[in-house]
Amino acid sequence: MAEKKEYKVIGTRPIRHDGVDKVTGRALYGADFQMTGLLHGRVLRSPHAHARIISIDTSRAEAYPGVKGVVTAQDLPEAEDRVADLGEGAVNLKYLCDNILASDKVLYKGHAVAAVAATSPHIAEEACTLIDVEYEVLPPVLEVRQAMEADAPLLHESLKTTSMGEAADEPSNVASHIQHKLGDPEKGFAEADIVVERDFVTGTVHQGYIEPHNATAHFNQDGQLTIWCSTQGAFTVREQVAEILQYPISKIKVVPMEIGGGFGGKISVYIKPVAALLAKKTGKPVKVLMNRADVFEGTGPTPASYVRVKMGATKDGKITAAEAYLAFEAGAYPGAPVGPGAMCIFAPYSIENVVIDGYDVVVNKPKTAPYRAPGAPNAAFGSESVVDEIAEKLDIDPLEIRLLNGAKEGDRRADGPIHPRIGCIETLETAKAHPHYTAPNGKKHHGRGVASGYWFNIGLESSVTINVNSDGTINLIEGSTDIGGTRSSIAMQAAEVLGIPAESVNPSVVDTNSVGYTAVTGGSRTTYATGYAAYEAAQDVKRKMSARAAKLWEVDEDNVQFADGEFSCINGKEEQISFRDLCARLGETGGPVVGSGTVNPGGAGGAYATHVVDVAVDEETGKVEILRYTAVQDAGKAIHPSYVEGQIQGGAVQGIGWALNEEYIYDDEGTMTNASFLDYRMPTCLDLPMIDAVIVEVPNPGHPYGVRGVGEVPIVPPMAAIANAIYDAIGVRMTELPMSPDRLLKAMGKI
Amino acid sequence: MARKSHVQTTINGETVEFLCESRQSLLEVLRDELYLTGAKEGCNNGNCGACSVILDGRLVNSCLVLGVETEGKSVETIEGLAEPDKLHPIQDAFLENAALQCGICTPGFIMSAKALLDSNPNPTEHEIRYWLAGNLCRCTGYDKIVKAVMDAAKEASA
Ligand code: FES
Ligand code: FES
Repeated sequence: MAEKKEYKVIGTRPIRHDGVDKVTGRALYGADFQMTGLLHGRVLRSPHAHARIISIDTSRAEAYPGVKGVVTAQDLPEAEDRVADLGEGAVNLKYLCDNILASDKVLYKGHAVAAVAATSPHIAEEACTLIDVEYEVLPPVLEVRQAMEADAPLLHESLKTTSMGEAADEPSNVASHIQHKLGDPEKGFAEADIVVERDFVTGTVHQGYIEPHNATAHFNQDGQLTIWCSTQGAFTVREQVAEILQYPISKIKVVPMEIGGGFGGKISVYIKPVAALLAKKTGKPVKVLMNRADVFEGTGPTPASYVRVKMGATKDGKITAAEAYLAFEAGAYPGAPVGPGAMCIFAPYSIENVVIDGYDVVVNKPKTAPYRAPGAPNAAFGSESVVDEIAEKLDIDPLEIRLLNGAKEGDRRADGPIHPRIGCIETLETAKAHPHYTAPNGKKHHGRGVASGYWFNIGLESSVTINVNSDGTINLIEGSTDIGGTRSSIAMQAAEVLGIPAESVNPSVVDTNSVGYTAVTGGSRTTYATGYAAYEAAQDVKRKMSARAAKLWEVDEDNVQFADGEFSCINGKEEQISFRDLCARLGETGGPVVGSGTVNPGGAGGAYATHVVDVAVDEETGKVEILRYTAVQDAGKAIHPSYVEGQIQGGAVQGIGWALNEEYIYDDEGTMTNASFLDYRMPTCLDLPMIDAVIVEVPNPGHPYGVRGVGEVPIVPPMAAIANAIYDAIGVRMTELPMSPDRLLKAMGKI
Repeated sequence: MARKSHVQTTINGETVEFLCESRQSLLEVLRDELYLTGAKEGCNNGNCGACSVILDGRLVNSCLVLGVETEGKSVETIEGLAEPDKLHPIQDAFLENAALQCGICTPGFIMSAKALLDSNPNPTEHEIRYWLAGNLCRCTGYDKIVKAVMDAAKEASA
C-alpha cells in the first residue's frame, strides 16, 4: 500500500464540482434557505460577564405585535449531568444545555438567555429588548492565572479539579490537570550545557469564518424535526440536538446547507436547538441568524493561554530535556484543547526526557471551541521560540538544530504513541534547500525566522455510496460537508479507482437521512477518511461490475480483470469492455449497481510543517510587515494540489493574523470591546505577500493513496516563526501574542 | 408594523418593483424580498465586503445602502454576471485558480474585482490588493484570489 505510483486523476487540478454554483451566487448557504410561512428568531444575550439570573419576565415581549413565541431555558428539558461524545470530543450535557440557554447563571457577556420568534427579524430584535431579566451581578474572572488562584470567584460551585483521574474535594476553576512524562527530565536537564526557560502569553482569538451561524428548524405535525443549517457535521448536529431536546435521532433530519467556513467553530451547536424550540412553540418554521457581534461574543473563540517552556541542550545542539506548563482558558465551561496542545508541543523533536503539565481552566469568556489544530499553536509559540533561542545561543542554524533533533519513524511522542512513517525531516530539508531560505537577508530591521509545527490528524467514521449511471458516470453520495473543495478531493479518489475522469463523478453532500453516519469535517479528516470511504465504495463498484462482465462473457468472476478503465477476460476469451460501455448494460445483467464504503480508519498519520518568514519592523510605529512567506508541509499525497496549497496558504494567514493583530480586547467588566470585523482585525490582502506553499509528499501508510490530513498543521508554525523573525530584525524576543504595534514599541523600549 | 414603500429599480438589466420598509437595507431587499441570495451577509456593517454589489457603476456594500435609496437606480449583482452559456472571465479565473474554498466571500470578491477591472483593466498586484482590501476572506490567504484577478485582467487585455 501507498508506494510511489503514477496516477491518472490524483495529483491533477480539475475544476471543483461545486465551482460554478459558487462563482455564480447559486450555491445555497444556510442563511439563503427560504420557506413559506417562515418566522425569524433572535436571541437575547447577557450584558454581564458573570451574574446570577434572578428572574426572566417575557410577558411584554410576548404581547408585542408580530411576536409568535418566546423561549427560555425553562423550555429545555432538564439536562442530565452526563458526558457524551458528540463530535470532536466529549461534552458534558448540563454544560452544553446551559450554553444554549442559560438556566441559573450567565457566565460570559453574550451568553444566550432567551429567544423570540416573530414575523420579521426586526420585530424579533425589538421584542428582545422587551424581555425583562433581573440579574445579580458577580465579579468576573477574565484571565487564566487569575482564575487559578485560590480566592478567585468561582464560575461553577460544583466544578472540582480532576487531576490525572482523581477529583479534588474543593471546588475550583481548574477543571482538570493532565501530565505526560517520558524518561527522566531531571537527569536530562543535568546533562544540558544550556537551559532556556521562558513564559508566553497568548490572547483569545476567533475562528473568524465569514458566514455567521444560522439555522432554520421546522416541526411537522407528525413530530419530524428538520433543521437546515451550516455545520461542519450534520450528524453531530443531529446528536447534539437529540441530547439537548431529549428527542430521538430517528425523528430529526439535519440538512447541511453550503457552509461559509468553520475551522472548528461550527461543530458545537448554539442556535440550532433554539430554532427547534421556537419552531415547536410556534408550529411554524423558524430561521435564526447570528449577527457578527453574536458570533464574536456568543460562539467559541480559541483559548487565551499561559505557557511556560524550558528546554536544555548540549553544546553541539542535542536537546536533552524539555518541560512545558500549559494553562488554557476553557471559557465558561470546561473543555479547552490543552490535551491536543500537550500532544503536539514537542512532537517535531526526538527528545528522551519530557514532562508536560496541562490545565483546563474556566473563565468568564465564551466557551471555547476548536480552531484549526486546537491547542497546538498556543503550545508551539512557546516551544518553537525556545528552540530558536537555543539555536541562537549555541550559534547553530535554526533549521540545522531542528534537523539534528527531528522526529523520525519509531520515536515516541511524550503522550505515548510511536510515530509511524512521518515527514518531519523531509519538510525541514525542503525548507532548508528552498531559495527563500538561502536568499540574502541583511537589511536593517529586516529579519528572518523559522518554526515547525505538528498536528496528529484524525480518522473517524465516514460513509460513501456510489450509484452507477448508464452513461459511464457515477453519482457519489457523501456526508462530509464541503468547506474547501473536498467534494473534488473525494470524487477524485473514486475516479482513480474506476479509471474515469474526475468530471465523470457527481458528488453530493446529503442530509442525515440519506447517507451512512459520517463524522464532522474536522481534524483534517475529510479527504483522508471520506476519501478512504470513496475508495472503498469504488472498489465495491469495481467488484460488482466485474461480476457483470463475467455474466456477459459467461465466465467465472475470477477471470475478469480491470485496468485503465477496461474490463478484460484473462482466460481464453478475447473479451474486453470499457467501464463506460458496461455501464450501459447493467439492466440486462441484473439491474443497477450501487457500491458502498464505510470506514473508521486508525492510520490518520501526523502532519508536519516548517515555515520561513521575512519581516520588516517599522521602528517608529512598531508595525510588522510580512515581506516573504514560505510554508512547507508534508501532505502525504496531494489529491488536488491546488486545494492543498489553499489549505496551507489559508492556515498560514490565519496564523499571521493571530501573530500580529487578532485578540479579544476586554474591559474590566468582561465586555469585549472590539466585537466587529473593523476592530477585531483579521488580515486583508493588502497586509500580505503571496504565500509560497510547498508540498512535500511522504506517503501515509494508513491510506491507500498515502493521504495525510493537511488542513490544520499550517496554523501551528506562524506565530513562533514571526516572533523569531522579529528577534532577528530587532533583537527583542516577543513572548506575548498578538505582537501588535503597541507591544512591539513597548518591547523596544519606545513607550 | 412599519409602512412599506414602493420602489422601482433596475437589477441586472431588468426593471424590478418591490415593497420594503425604509429600515431595510439593499442587502435585505435583495436576499429576503427578491431572493437574490448571491450577495452574502458577513457583518452587516460594511467591514467584510461579502455583500458587494455595483450600484450605478459604483462598488458598494449593499448592507450600507437602504433599499429605498435604489429608486430609479441600476444594481448589478453576482446573479447577473454570467451569460446563459458562458461564465464571466473573472468567474472562470476564480475556478481555474482555485480561488475559493468555502465560497462565501466569492460573490463579493468577484463583484469587487469586476468594479476594479471595469475602471482599471491592467492593475498591478499592489493595486489589486489595495482595491480588494475591503473584502475579507478567511479561507484562502488571498494568494489564489489575487492571482485569479491578475489572470482575469490578462485574459481581458489579451
Ligand atoms: S455584510 Fe456588508 S460589508 Fe459585511
Ligand atoms: S473562501 Fe471562505 S471566506 Fe473566502
